[in-house]
Amino acid sequence: MSDDVWILGIYMTKFGKYPDRDTVDLAAEAVLAALKDGGVSMKDMGVLAAGCLMDAPGIAQRIQKQIGQTGIPAYNVSNACATGATALKTAIMTVKSGEADFGLAVGVEKLAGAGLLGGAGKSGKAGASWEPQGRFGEVMETEGRIGTSGMPGTFAQIGMEYLHTYGATDFDVFAKISEKNHFHSTLNPLAAYTKAMSLDQIKNDIMIAYPNTRPMCSANCDGAAAAVVVSDAKLKTLSLEQQRRAIKVSASVLTTDPYEEACQVLPNVNTLTRNAAKIAYERAGIGPEDLDLVELHDCFATAELVHYDNLMLCEEGGAVDFFESGATWRTGKTPVNVSGGLQSKGHPIAATGIANIWEICHHLRGEAGPRQIEGAKVGLAHVIGLGSACGIHVLERSGL
Amino acid sequence: MSNQIPFVDYLVLGDHPHLVANECTACGARFFDRRNACAGCSGTEFRKADVATDGEIMSFTIVTFAAPGVPVPFVSAIVNCQGTSVRGNIINVEPSPESVTMGQKVTLATYPLGADENGVEAIGFGFQPA
Ligand SMILES: [Zn+2]
Repeated sequence: MSDDVWILGIYMTKFGKYPDRDTVDLAAEAVLAALKDGGVSMKDMGVLAAGCLMDAPGIAQRIQKQIGQTGIPAYNVSNACATGATALKTAIMTVKSGEADFGLAVGVEKLAGAGLLGGAGKSGKAGASWEPQGRFGEVMETEGRIGTSGMPGTFAQIGMEYLHTYGATDFDVFAKISEKNHFHSTLNPLAAYTKAMSLDQIKNDIMIAYPNTRPMCSANCDGAAAAVVVSDAKLKTLSLEQQRRAIKVSASVLTTDPYEEACQVLPNVNTLTRNAAKIAYERAGIGPEDLDLVELHDCFATAELVHYDNLMLCEEGGAVDFFESGATWRTGKTPVNVSGGLQSKGHPIAATGIANIWEICHHLRGEAGPRQIEGAKVGLAHVIGLGSACGIHVLERSGL
Repeated sequence: MSNQIPFVDYLVLGDHPHLVANECTACGARFFDRRNACAGCSGTEFRKADVATDGEIMSFTIVTFAAPGVPVPFVSAIVNCQGTSVRGNIINVEPSPESVTMGQKVTLATYPLGADENGVEAIGFGFQPA
């Protein structure tokens, strides 16, 4: 018996627009289907962790009231774009601690039609006398006057900084990454968008924050994803079929950004991702070269590039060459975001950190249909939320 | 000067406008906001440190789409002012990718942001090509 924790059941809803369903409807669909996928019921669950960034607090209890008030401890989790991964880690930790045999994690969001994230702010009080406010003593809204702290511009600068640091000058690499992910989504029926886009189409679309055009930004949509985890000891008492389809969680890591010069001026998404990756590879006893597929947090095309490097999929500074080699296309050495990624599959924020695990599990179980990465044994799922939080899960198939 | 107010606490107006940081006396980390302690070493003693007014562009973007009330387009940049990173707009240039380059030398400049009902003018800062 080991202290390994396994994913027993997992599910994601189709991402898209659900004008007639609320967050509890979507979460309930995901949870009930994940339980069914694992061959267990709400009565078996010993803990629930749930996240929904945009709803009022208490999504876990609202879900319980619709599908099963069993009295178990429930955690309402909020950790920016790492919310889903944090909910999953909460369930995993509870099982690992021995407090529960089975745990349940769910993330849900309704974002279809939402505008830009992180871009809104207070407005200046025109006419009244200036009053310094906040930690910077500002007299009016700083967004647009002291640069940007909005997501599109922040991640644009992160990508541009990477190119500048390593002496690259061809900004088309970002649009090419987006071309890859939009192409990948054509094979994913659960993606919010499933149309391929040409490089010209992507580059000539509406500019949001140079060099990111609209298709290079994560797609706002509705969706939910849920996972059931189980202890190694309990799994061994279940059916052979359940054991065969179970996916081992070889590492579940959460980090925040350590202080470095400039990190409070432009968020540093690199160091905490690299730190999480190092810990994850060490715990799993797996190296980046062993990965059969990766789902990483391409909230913007400019972000995907830097994470090739942060996850050590390429040598330091080599992300552009790595991408240009074709390595991250589904036919390449290290397929990245074969689901279509956040740019095309969509990004219902709190669902994302479990939906990317669903994608990996789907391949490791050999159930991914036309987009199956043949013979996939090991995968990595990565999310990052600004603020910052990074979640990495390394997953392995059972081998039974 | 009494009829002017800096847009933010860390902008010092006068004959030689410049930014001033809260510098940790223990580790030298510099911050622009009001501090409880140092994010680098948790030290609680700070001194005021003038930030160099010249620097180079380490990264930039041109924001063309933003929340209502945010004036677009604008060039946002991270400027390395002799070792201290500063976020600000690049001003007095066309907001186009042809007008701004990575590594470009820039210098701090101020500009008026409007007056309140008492006639007090808010003064903002940005960086312009050196
Ligand atoms: Zn310090």
